[in-house]
Order: sequence, then structure tokens, then C-alpha cells
Amino acid sequence: MEALTNRSQAVDRSPMNFWERLYLPAIFKGLGITFKHLFRKKATVRFPEEKRQFSPVFRGLHILNRDEEGRERCTACGLCAVACPAEAITMEAAERKEGEENLYREEKYAARYEINMLRCIFCGFCEEACPKEAIYMTETFAPANYQRKGFIYGKDDLLIPDPKAKA
Amino acid sequence: MGIDLVFVLEKILLISAVLAVSLVVAMYCTWGERKVAGWIQDRIGPDRAGPLGLLQPLADGGKLFFKEEIIPSNANRFLFVLGPSLAMLTACMTGAVIPWGDVLTIGDMQVSLQVADINVGILYIFGVVSLGVYGIMIGGWASNNKFSLLAAVRGASQIISYELAMGMSLIALLMLTQTLSLKEIVEQQREGYWNIVYQPLGFLLFLICAFAECNRAPFDLPEAENELNGGYHLEYSSMKLGFFLFAEYINMFISSALMATLYFGGYAFPFMDELGLSGNVVTILGIVALFLKTFAFIFFFMWVRWTLPRFRYDQLMKLGWKVLIPLALLNMLLTGGFILWQQS
Repeated sequence: MEALTNRSQAVDRSPMNFWERLYLPAIFKGLGITFKHLFRKKATVRFPEEKRQFSPVFRGLHILNRDEEGRERCTACGLCAVACPAEAITMEAAERKEGEENLYREEKYAARYEINMLRCIFCGFCEEACPKEAIYMTETFAPANYQRKGFIYGKDDLLIPDPKAKA
Repeated sequence: MGIDLVFVLEKILLISAVLAVSLVVAMYCTWGERKVAGWIQDRIGPDRAGPLGLLQPLADGGKLFFKEEIIPSNANRFLFVLGPSLAMLTACMTGAVIPWGDVLTIGDMQVSLQVADINVGILYIFGVVSLGVYGIMIGGWASNNKFSLLAAVRGASQIISYELAMGMSLIALLMLTQTLSLKEIVEQQREGYWNIVYQPLGFLLFLICAFAECNRAPFDLPEAENELNGGYHLEYSSMKLGFFLFAEYINMFISSALMATLYFGGYAFPFMDELGLSGNVVTILGIVALFLKTFAFIFFFMWVRWTLPRFRYDQLMKLGWKVLIPLALLNMLLTGGFILWQQS
């Protein structure tokens, strides 16, 4: 049979010769291998002091984005919730009232927007589904929490601060 | 005859020192083990508690003392407590006959750095070490758990099998040295060559058996976690478990010191008498030499542990009875022939 890859190796089933049956040469060889590892570069990342570099496509915690005037982009269309395979996203829509034009970009907005980070699988489908470019995934981890309800992220956790309010 | 107070005081001090040193070395073996494990696995190992993680053993010890202590309701309470105590006691006892150094001269007093220079030193060590298995057996039996019992039985039969080969490998050495006193064995090596030169095969056998006696990998069958759920200390928690593990480290320290003493010159080091230094300095250098040798062996124990996989039980028995014992007999034969050839 032809090998499918070039990685397969023939198994040697010939009986062991005297030196092989002594085992000691093999043991010393093994000791040599492990001894070399004493001087190898360590793979450890000392976490709180050192942080690992993420790849540019890393998908971490979500944010809800605003437009250039600081208005919320999300219109609570629900496409992200539909796209979410883990069903982690829930939302409630509300209608924009008179005088709230500087807060919300469209007439409809999300009064409540929640992502359950325990369900989220960080697939990034919400980001792709969003027609308003409102939801993005950042490069941060979901921090640890003592209670399960602490992992349900609401709008106050997700919405990025208003760029105008900061200035 | 009155009691010589100075003598008693000297011995008490010496005993305390040997005990303290064994305990501290055992403590830092746990740290060293984790460090070596880390290095071999391309990690750093403990480095959070104190500089280089040096306070780690204290933290571990503190944790063990404050953990909940559980005695199974169907266990024999007395024996359950006796098990780890015995393991600890026998581990600490063996240090008494090892010559930790030559003679220190303080004022006009000669202080031998050996708690007891008895003329049956090696026999004493063998006796005490084989008692050590009672800790394991009683611990495994008293737990009233069939897995612990199985592990204890394994431990007992392992120790019996390897004690035989160990004793026989030593007999060849005793034929050469003509003495059972460890002090004299060291003194002989101080003048001549180290015994490893005459007894390479004997040393190899002794080394393998020492691994098995200390229940160190690859011979750690009494604590096989994957087939026995943990081994003889399965039901133990908190410091009672700690004592079992601690006893193992003390045993490792003592057997390392013993190997250094028997085969690698003990506190003797090359050219120690030609340096022209005063007696006390040579003695202190000798202690340093002994500890360096001992630490090298301890490192070797750890190195092997993170290299070789555990034996299967039948392989262990086969190695002990069918390989080590015949080889030890052969070694005796060769040594006997060598002695006869030298005499003629």
C-alpha cells in the first residue's frame, strides 16, 4: 500500500540485541535528552508581569461601538443574536424619543443589550453579522468573576465611552 | 561510672543538627524537585514565593498543616496515625550512623561528626530502612481501602525483593573493605581510591535498588496514581500525607548520603591530606564535599524521575529477581576472585 503522507515510519519488530536488552544505553540516552532541556529557553510567560502578544486576528471581549459623533450605532436589529451559534446575545429594542438624537444614531436603539460571556464562544459571527458596524471584538480577555451573573455583560460593560465626553 | 555530661550534650547537639539538616534538606528537596521538573519540561518552576521561590516549602508546609484532616470512619484510628509517624521516624533514624564529617577539634575536645560510630553501621541502616516499609504497610492497611492495601502490598513485596539485591550488592563491597563501620569505609577511601573504582557493577546495582527502596520513579509502584487511585496514602490528607511524602524525601537524602559514603568517598575528597590545611578546615571542607556529592545524587534521583516512565509490576519483579540478584551474585563471585588473585 502506498503511504498517504511521507511521514509514516516502518516499525522495527526485530528482536532486541544484547545492548538493547540491557536498556542502560537507552536510559543514558534518555537522561541526555532530558538534561539538555535544563538549558533550553523556557516557554513560561510570567503572566501578571509579562503579557503574551496576541495575534492580530485574536477575538476577545466585545465592545459596542459609537459613531464619530458619539451616538450608539446599534439599532437592536437582532442579527447578531440570530447569528450567534451559542445564543449568548439577548437584547430589547426601544424607540428613540424627541431630543435623544445625539444619543442614538437611528430611530430604534437597544434599551438592553446583554452578552453572556459564559456561553460566548468568541467565534466572531456577531461582528460579521452586524450591518451597522456596531459590535466589535477587542483583544482583551473576559476577566474572572466570583459569580455567574457577573459574566452577563450589559450595555454598561460593553459600550465604549463616548469620545466626545472624554474630550 | 557517672554520666559524662559533656558527652551527652555533644551527642544531643549532634543529633539535633543531623535531624535539622535532614529536615531542611528534605524540605528543599520538594522545592528542588519542582524546579528540576520545571527545567526539564522547559518551564521555570516555582518562583512566586520569595526570591527564586525559596519560600515555597514553607508555604506548602503551612498549607498542609491547615488543611482539613480526615480519618475515614472505618479506619483503624491508632494504626492510621501510626503509619505516617513510623515512616517519618524510620526515615529520621538512619542519619545517625552516617559519618557527616571527620573530627572537629574544639579546644581540647575531639568531636566526631557522626552520631554513632557503631561497628555494624551498614546492618543498622538496612534494619531501619526495611522497617520503613511498615509505615507504608500500616498506612495502607489502616485506611481500610482496598486500593491502599493493594499499594501497600506492592510496596512491601517491592522492598523485600530489592532489599535482597541491595544487600548482596553490598556484600561484595564489604568483602573488599572488611568492615561494616561506615566511618572506617570512608577512612579507607580517604587513603586509597574511591570504592566506585573497585565496584562499578556493585554501585550500579546498589543505585537501582536505592531507587526502589525510596519508592522513587521508575520504581514508585506503591503510589501509582493511575491504576491505584493514588497508592498507600490514598486516604490521607493534610500533614499526615505530608509526613509520608516528607519521609520519602528524607529517605532520598539519606540514601544519597549513603551512596556518597559507600562508593564516592564520603567526606573524603582528592588530595585532602596534601593541602597542608589545619584539621578543622579540612573537616569542614570534607562536610562540604559530602554534601556536594549528596546533592549530586539527589539531583540524579530527580533527573531520572523526570526521564523514565514507571515500571509495570511484573517487570519490576522480573528485574529484581531475575536480573539484579543474579548480577549481584556474579559481582560477589568476581570480587571474591579478585581478592584471591591479589592475595596469591
